[in-house]
Amino acid sequence: MSLEFSADAQKKIAAACERYPTKQPVVMFALHLAQKEHGHLSDDALRLVARTLDLPYAHVYGVATFYTMYRREPGGRQTIRMCTNISCMLRDGYAVLEAFERKLGLQRGESNAEFTLVEEECIAACANAPCAVVGTEYLLDIKPEQVGEIVERLKANPHPESEVV
Amino acid sequence: MPAEIGTRVVTTRFGNQDARTLAGYERTGGYALLRKALAMRPEDITNEVKASNLRGRGGAGFATGVKWGFVPKDAKAVHLVCNADESEPGTCKDRELIFWDPHLLIEGMIIAAHALRAVHNYIYIRGEMMREYAVLQKAVTEAYARGYLGKNVLGTGLEIHLTVHRGAGAYICGEETALLNSLEGLRGQPRLKPPFPAVKGLFGNPTIVNNVETLMNVPAIIDKGGAWFNALGMGRSGGTRIVCVSGHVNKPGVFELPMGITFRQIIDDVCGGVWKGRRAKAVIPGGVSMPPLDESELDVPCEFDALQTDERIKPVMVRPGQPFDLGGGRQLRTMAGSGGIVVLDDATDLPRATWRIMKFFAHESCGQCTPCREGTGWLEKVTRRIADGRGKDGDVDLLASIAHGIAGNTICALGDAAAWPMLGFLTKFRADFEAKIAAARKGKAA
Repeated sequence: MSLEFSADAQKKIAAACERYPTKQPVVMFALHLAQKEHGHLSDDALRLVARTLDLPYAHVYGVATFYTMYRREPGGRQTIRMCTNISCMLRDGYAVLEAFERKLGLQRGESNAEFTLVEEECIAACANAPCAVVGTEYLLDIKPEQVGEIVERLKANPHPESEVV
Repeated sequence: MPAEIGTRVVTTRFGNQDARTLAGYERTGGYALLRKALAMRPEDITNEVKASNLRGRGGAGFATGVKWGFVPKDAKAVHLVCNADESEPGTCKDRELIFWDPHLLIEGMIIAAHALRAVHNYIYIRGEMMREYAVLQKAVTEAYARGYLGKNVLGTGLEIHLTVHRGAGAYICGEETALLNSLEGLRGQPRLKPPFPAVKGLFGNPTIVNNVETLMNVPAIIDKGGAWFNALGMGRSGGTRIVCVSGHVNKPGVFELPMGITFRQIIDDVCGGVWKGRRAKAVIPGGVSMPPLDESELDVPCEFDALQTDERIKPVMVRPGQPFDLGGGRQLRTMAGSGGIVVLDDATDLPRATWRIMKFFAHESCGQCTPCREGTGWLEKVTRRIADGRGKDGDVDLLASIAHGIAGNTICALGDAAAWPMLGFLTKFRADFEAKIAAARKGKAA
């Protein structure tokens, strides 16, 4: 199925192209937009980006598969990125991650319609470990027993990453 | 005069919500010196930065003014790129700096761009920093609207543009040549050096890549002078230092501190001591890429040169009796790195902590060089089996041999960044690894 960008996205991509000497540097931005508008980066979404920027499909595929925030499969509306790196691990980050797994009924790396749960590398909030990031919202100094309440709060007041693009 | 605890150069607006807007930034003196700076000759700005002994705050500690001086004089197009891809575990300062004072970064970049005669400039921000990306976009838009950026900055005739470029998840993009490839729309794989970016960088043009904190020091240097800034610091390192303290301390946080402060002072006086009444066992001095200190080494200042040369810090060994050779017989002690200080108390399972660090590097290796791609994977597997109580006799030597095989044999420093702390933990805490392996052997026999 051939996919399209919305008129708004097309405008944003055209404006972004003005900021660089060629269209190629806009590929990351266009992939973020394609993921926002089509949920994930299917082969068709990659073709859309390739066509829009006059790049080979293989080039776009190579970029899309290098960076961890691009997803090739459908995922939840919100992504919980829970850090377990050293500073978080030292303050029981793994216990928090396991609490998220139990509460959501998901293993790390899995999704349901509402949430994708990711075991993330350091998110640069180490002084408030253990921490997680959900879109523009940081979850800081998380205790395992707070996870239930956090998930309910996110359901009521979602922070999808797609809002950021 | 040397800085004291409480001296603030780059964190003056921390906690001030109003100053995060352009109007609030101006009310607190922001952009006031921009006209003066833009009237200066570019060479004079660079000379002032040279005199300040400002050193790169991203990890390498290279002299900023010297780096700027590497740009060829006859260059037709030059770029300034701010590295805001902060992702070194234990480091959380640039994110805070951007959140609290985005216009200080922009002002620093405008001054630096003028010094470099750079027209098209970029901030490469980490993909996961979604809140800060929004903060920067808003601030840049404000700065354009006010005439601080654009085709004719403040009517001076200077053209300076700034674009915020968002990454999408890859630690390696904090390495400056990987960052440039990523900015060009490629996979974020590092380039061979030379040529160095200052000669051939973004789009083939001379490019200076500077860290967020580094650039945010520039306005104060132009305002109060390089000599003033240099005097704040210690030895060949000017200014203050932002450290991020995490792990087992009572009061973790991000602090602007004097260069000369020791690790013990940071832990005890600034962070309220090690938690639960325990003692520090290991302290990572500047992000997980740097070899750890043990408890006996905490009286060394967190200054760049001290951490590399102070003889109170034991050299990293490949095996007992064989010091690791950095080249030309130079010994590796440790480095100040990114300012990410991680305190591990004396109840910490060090093999497990080391495993988590190696898991990180195995995950983040870009896959370009075999020693790193394969070696980091093996460091993760072997440290995991030791941590899980399945270690084998000879595993300590095996880890050292793998790490030694990676170090110095890769295009970029990610390989070293995995190998150095691996060797560092084995050098100083070998007994912890061996005890775990001995327990595994006993368990098997029983």
